[in-house]
Amino acid sequence: MRTPPEAHRTGLRTALHAEWTKLRSTADPLWLLLATIASTTALGLTAAAGVSCRSAGCAADPARISLAGISLGQAVVAVLAVFAIAGEYSTGMIRVSFAAVPRRGTLLTAKALVITAVVLAAGTIAVLGSVLAGRLILPGKGFTPGHGYPPLSLADGPVLRATAGSVLYLALIALLSLGVATAVRDSAAAIGAVLGLLYLFPILAAVVTDPDWSRRLQRIGPMSAGLAIQATTGLHDLPIAPWAGLGVLTAWTAAALLAGALLLRLRDA
Amino acid sequence: MSTATSSQLSTGRDGFRHLLRAEWTKFRTVRGWVTGMAVAGLVTVLFGLLAASATHSACDAPPGQTCGSEPVGPAGEPVTDKFYFVRQPLTGDGSITARVTALSGIITYPQSNPDAIVPGVEPWTKAGIIVKDSTTQGSPYAAVMVTGDHGVRMQYNYTHDAAGSPGPVAAASPRWLRLTRTGDTLTGYESPDGSHWTTVGTAHLPALATTVQTGLFVASPGDVQVQQGLGSGAALHHTQATAVFDQVSLHGQAAGRWSGDAIGGANGADLERYHPAGVTRSGGTFTVTGSGDIAPIDDPGRDIERALIGGFAGLIAMIVVATLFVTAEYRRGLIRTTLAASPHRGRVLAAKAVVIGSVTFVTGLLATAVAVPLSERVLRANGAQIRPVGTLTELRVIAGTAALLAAAAVLALATGASTRRSAVAVTAVILAVVLPYFLAVTSAVPTGAAQWLLRLTPAAAFAIQQGHQPYPQMSGAYTPSNGYFPLAPWAGLAVLCGYTALALGVAILRLRRRDA
Repeated sequence: MRTPPEAHRTGLRTALHAEWTKLRSTADPLWLLLATIASTTALGLTAAAGVSCRSAGCAADPARISLAGISLGQAVVAVLAVFAIAGEYSTGMIRVSFAAVPRRGTLLTAKALVITAVVLAAGTIAVLGSVLAGRLILPGKGFTPGHGYPPLSLADGPVLRATAGSVLYLALIALLSLGVATAVRDSAAAIGAVLGLLYLFPILAAVVTDPDWSRRLQRIGPMSAGLAIQATTGLHDLPIAPWAGLGVLTAWTAAALLAGALLLRLRDA
Repeated sequence: MSTATSSQLSTGRDGFRHLLRAEWTKFRTVRGWVTGMAVAGLVTVLFGLLAASATHSACDAPPGQTCGSEPVGPAGEPVTDKFYFVRQPLTGDGSITARVTALSGIITYPQSNPDAIVPGVEPWTKAGIIVKDSTTQGSPYAAVMVTGDHGVRMQYNYTHDAAGSPGPVAAASPRWLRLTRTGDTLTGYESPDGSHWTTVGTAHLPALATTVQTGLFVASPGDVQVQQGLGSGAALHHTQATAVFDQVSLHGQAAGRWSGDAIGGANGADLERYHPAGVTRSGGTFTVTGSGDIAPIDDPGRDIERALIGGFAGLIAMIVVATLFVTAEYRRGLIRTTLAASPHRGRVLAAKAVVIGSVTFVTGLLATAVAVPLSERVLRANGAQIRPVGTLTELRVIAGTAALLAAAAVLALATGASTRRSAVAVTAVILAVVLPYFLAVTSAVPTGAAQWLLRLTPAAAFAIQQGHQPYPQMSGAYTPSNGYFPLAPWAGLAVLCGYTALALGVAILRLRRRDA
């Protein structure tokens, strides 16, 4: 006769352990994390190699240029997060997971925590690599102290904010994708919805000629608002302040996770 | 017996028709896919309307020009019509001749020397002789001129341009110019010495009044400098030019007295206070100073493709549906039934491509055919001027956008068949088609890099939506962020189709080689 032993096993710690095992024992997440690092730094390098600043005040933001790769890396992070839940639905694994961890909120929390941890780790490498590349390349492209651009340094307040903020941005995008995928359950539809949400707002904002509407769209779009965290020059001219922008993205993420959690609780697996 | 019949069925043209029918039946019976396609059409229209209603009367006229009073040219397009005009009326047929001996100018605060007014002539500074319907801005005209950097030109009615001899004008190498009117026909001539004349161009201006204004003119457009860095891309610097004319003669019924006018009013810039426009005359020599331009306005904010921006949302939905059209078969195991029913694997994929391509093309065509006129109506109601395009161009933009959506959907299908992973395929295709466009139009990468992105990646296909080609006779900010693509419309679409064909080839190969 067994004591009903499974009760304590369904706690958050066990769920975390299970999610971590799932993540590290499949090949996809590792490849996707490596792809995040590679694509982010590669696009950052390309952008830094392509600019030039010929005179003082050339209206370019060296931190933003170095971190341009985030606009590509975020897509890979989104795929990683979507796989974490929608992948389980497509293989039927989700039923096993729910049998093991009947509290659905606990399962989602465990997934969210594990994904946040790995994305923060990979994001830190990707972002530091991009900043380092910018620090090495940009002075040769006219971003010199003579033109008003000291070399990128984490000791500089705004640069540190841009760097740390970009890592946080990636983690928030991962959580947003997890929320959407939990609600949608199909990986293709989820990734389409996430990428549409990210890229459509800035494209619309670039096309609309009314400057008020353009700024409004940039303020509410999760990507355009969230990436305000990367600005280190022309701060008074931003559509939204850096931390407020990251706040907008956080609101989107919270809404997506909430919707996902609610639907997860209400629906059959 | 029955096996023999079925294998006969699956061969030949008849077999392909059956395959098409089978794939079409699959598509239309899955509610999610049909809904997805309907949503794609709907968001294409709705986002276009949203963009249109968020565009109010675009008030971004060039410096010194007031909003709302923009002149309109004979073809209905907004134009710039500002220059200094030394004129007299001419009735009926006649001709005007003049010699240009010098052309000089100033540029204010250029990028290379941002704190000074430096001497310099814009490449498209114009000085010469003109026959103009009236002094009203936007009225028809024909002119022969020397330019800063583009030799002798004959231009008429804002958008037409013909080249004469190249080379700059100087005291040692003056240019004689002549413009004759015979009924509706105006002919421009040039000569190095006043005795050997060659024709530069001919214009037919049926709307020209009997009595026209003719004389000498000088115009100098703003100096456009496209920044190679990031940001919005172009800066405009005020300029002014001065030309010296002599040997001026007029034949025909003319008034005989010259008068000077700044057409389009003074420029209002501070520059004019210290460097006024005008004319000084000593004997037969006229020294004329002026600013402005006689040219079309190519403001991309008013183009037809702005109505199609919703296509992006539609595109993403279509990519998702097209990918699922094949990956769902792998997930459910249906692919094994499909391949058992039709062992020609290449043909199965071809049938799928035809079905999804046709469905997206028709959906896209319906959506854009609704979005374009609706958005144009909303834009007009908002007081925004739209640059008119010809019917053929409008058809090309609408059908081309539908073709773009179809090619992208087939690309997604092929990628889905190759990877068998829907999320990977959807991400790869969205990144290949949408991300380069995003990076280029939002100025997230420098202009040079943006142009290469729009040449090499599948995003080149968005060139099919460009309503206007850059005018060769203007120096504008022809950058991707302003809606100008480096490739010609059909060439751009061909790039996407090339990628699609390649992906389809790879998919068929992989489908044949691997187990289902």
